[in-house]
Amino acid sequence: MTHTPITPPRTLPLSQRDRALILFAVALLGVLALLPLVASALVVDKLIMLFVLIIFAVMWNLLAGYAGLVSVGQQAFVGLGGYAMIRLVDAGFPPFPAIFAAAALTAVLAWVLSWFVLRMKAGEFAIATWVIAEVIRSIVSFDPIVQGETGTSLVALNAYAPEIRRITVYLLALGSMAAALWGTWVLLKGRIGAEAQAIRDDEEAAASVGISTFRVKQRIYILASVGCALAGTLWLASAITFQPRTAFGIQWSVFMLFMVLVGGIGTFIGPILGAILFFALQEFFGDLGAWYLAGIGIVAILFALYLPRGLVGLWLERGHEEPLSMQRRLRMPGS
Amino acid sequence: MLESIIQGILLGGYYAVLAAGLSLMFGVVRFINLAHGDMAVLGAMIALWLVQVLGLGVPWAIALTLPMMAALGWLLQRFIFERSLKGGFLIPILTTIGLAAALQNGMFAAFGSDTRSLGAYIGGLSWASWQLPGNIFVGKLPVYMFATALVVLGALHLVLTRTGFGRAVRATASDPEAAALCGVDAIRVHRGAAAIAVALAGLAGIFLALRAQVTPFSGPMLLIFAFEAVVIGGIGSLRGTLLGGLALGLAQSLGGMISPQFSLLAGHCLFLVILAVRMSQGAASERGGWRAALMATVLNRAQMRRRA
Amino acid sequence: MIALELNGVHGRYGLLQAVKGISLDLAEGAVLAVIGANGAGKTTLMRMIAGLHPVAEGAVSLLGEEITEMSAHERVRAGLALCPEGRRLFTDLTVRENLQIGAENGRRGDWNLASVLDALPQIAPLLDRAAGGLSGGQRQAVAIGRALITNPRVLLLDEVSLGLSPAAVDGVYQSLERLRGHMTMVIVEQDLTRAMGFAERLICLAEGALELDGAPQSLTREQITDAYFGIHKAELSHA
Repeated sequence: MTHTPITPPRTLPLSQRDRALILFAVALLGVLALLPLVASALVVDKLIMLFVLIIFAVMWNLLAGYAGLVSVGQQAFVGLGGYAMIRLVDAGFPPFPAIFAAAALTAVLAWVLSWFVLRMKAGEFAIATWVIAEVIRSIVSFDPIVQGETGTSLVALNAYAPEIRRITVYLLALGSMAAALWGTWVLLKGRIGAEAQAIRDDEEAAASVGISTFRVKQRIYILASVGCALAGTLWLASAITFQPRTAFGIQWSVFMLFMVLVGGIGTFIGPILGAILFFALQEFFGDLGAWYLAGIGIVAILFALYLPRGLVGLWLERGHEEPLSMQRRLRMPGS
Repeated sequence: MLESIIQGILLGGYYAVLAAGLSLMFGVVRFINLAHGDMAVLGAMIALWLVQVLGLGVPWAIALTLPMMAALGWLLQRFIFERSLKGGFLIPILTTIGLAAALQNGMFAAFGSDTRSLGAYIGGLSWASWQLPGNIFVGKLPVYMFATALVVLGALHLVLTRTGFGRAVRATASDPEAAALCGVDAIRVHRGAAAIAVALAGLAGIFLALRAQVTPFSGPMLLIFAFEAVVIGGIGSLRGTLLGGLALGLAQSLGGMISPQFSLLAGHCLFLVILAVRMSQGAASERGGWRAALMATVLNRAQMRRRA
Repeated sequence: MIALELNGVHGRYGLLQAVKGISLDLAEGAVLAVIGANGAGKTTLMRMIAGLHPVAEGAVSLLGEEITEMSAHERVRAGLALCPEGRRLFTDLTVRENLQIGAENGRRGDWNLASVLDALPQIAPLLDRAAGGLSGGQRQAVAIGRALITNPRVLLLDEVSLGLSPAAVDGVYQSLERLRGHMTMVIVEQDLTRAMGFAERLICLAEGALELDGAPQSLTREQITDAYFGIHKAELSHA
């Protein structure tokens, strides 16, 4: 018998529609980059918030939707990023680069924590991450620079004119969001993404083909944590004040959960949709204060019970195809 | 020092009641209720409302609140928790987080952010104390609450061991399929367990409101304490939950001798240490003990380096 | 009176067909043995009759009443009991408590603690011991007792001899012998000799399908082994 080499099947290239969507997104990014020239300060500030929210949603989706890790403690990194930034700036580090340096520093903690928390089951993981966030908050509160509950401000930023500061943070946030989206795209299309989806579909089967489930989860956990820290530092650069209660608050996790759940967990485009929707809801109903937040909780419950796959799921149920899907379609050799 | 220890033990009784509800839900219904702490706060708020608005005496308010909480637990199980359990492990967590957010903000919108205390309504009892030899003062209220906690947990133990319903609960927790094969209606058992769990949470909330204050956002902290007590004492046994609660109370009380902020931190640290120990025990026993686990880690690392 | 009726019953695990179109009628008081190789679908079939596994297609009837949509505990109330594979006792509870659970949640009838101890005297000294600390044979006796105490009309027994010493298996079958005539029984049994010795009717499953159905004395050894291994004579002649 002759041995013919086996040609591995190739993955199909992006569909027409997906390519159009990506072009549109790039064009939109270009428009957004030029927006500060014409838009008011209020709009710029709000858009910074939107970009931060999108980063949060994408990161939480990586954790929960691809690594199966429901974290209720990402605020640990949000707060820690902000705290690291304050310490860096206090030590003389220039504020704008500090945004990225502080976020990168949190990777160390994420790495240390991963050995601990990734061995837990789902429910324990959720609460343990929360407890850890609380512990970190307590420890950070001890530092006199934070001034306990009152908090502190990034006074160094006041050295810049408000316009320049605002536009710089805006562009950095826009760039970070684009990088996060692009990075996530590459990650999910690549090997880690395939392995994560294999684990998601059947963890035992994945392990039996040699996928190290721990390594995959660890990489995603560290990435997502640094991403949350970056969103946190960007937010701090925009808001300037740092209060432990708010920076380490559980509401960040609730927002992330809402955005991802409502948008569509485990999809690429879901968290983006969810973030935009959440942002819109906040704009219209945010004034209702506590009733609004209670409503957010109720909507989250309803989605979890009746529409667990979110808006993307709804779209799929109508028979449409998932835009920018992470599924790999194979073209068999010879077809 | 002795006073701190006594206070720690008395505090532990309250934590035990708080943790018992969480432990029951987890062991029987296999459901982690992340809104458990908020249920406790809700119980306190309802009791407060009965006392402040309807003018009822505190004992009456408690007697009315607990059945209400039990009914609420039954309803939550029937309409929300049961459904969410069908969706896999992610959905119950997401659902209860949403529930927690809804409860916290709903209570805030309804009751405002003032801290409230039932302590104002029990007259001298909130500060009365006994003097023990050695100039040690022990508050009467904490002792009464501790006694109540023991009675309640003891009653729960009796229900679980002596009644048909209790046996059905233990059977369902042990092996749900086998229980069904004996004719046990798991759905009824779960609803009953949820009712008891939420009523216990409500009682714990009332305890908190009696000895200190509650705000609509106190819930998450209470959940953390409950979870810590359950993990410290070992998941799955009522006695363990009691011991866990006592250990947590002691840790916080002794930590509080250093500084008020340190008291919570001491509890967190105890929890994390015990969690680490349990997890390493679990991992080690899976791989055949300490030496084997160590060898496995060392060898695996070397192999990975060669492959990379 | 037909005690148990299966009509074209199909069972699946995801895309895998575990039970393919099984139909049979079992008369009241009959003793049926189910044999077949590992993975043939015997346990799946038992679980489907008992309500622990969904019936993908077809119907199950107990004493004339259709039970296909009933949950497992409802079937116990209707008069069906399964002694599951592996015994599945509540290991943290005592033997007495195990039996109490069956008694409290099953049907009322002639079977109660006293009569179960009568039929299975080996349980009597074990009443207050934790079920987890018993030997295999003792556990099997308790498991059977727990099923009996629910007063079933039809008793399913899945692999009662698994993991037991021959002496213990003898004891189990002696106890079961006392039920003959009073109880409709379906026994899944790996041990062919036991199955043929105890049952009046034998069915053989292979790859989820019914390959053989008849009285043990009327079946040849060759027929049984062919059915057991799923060998179809017509195919073999072409090899």
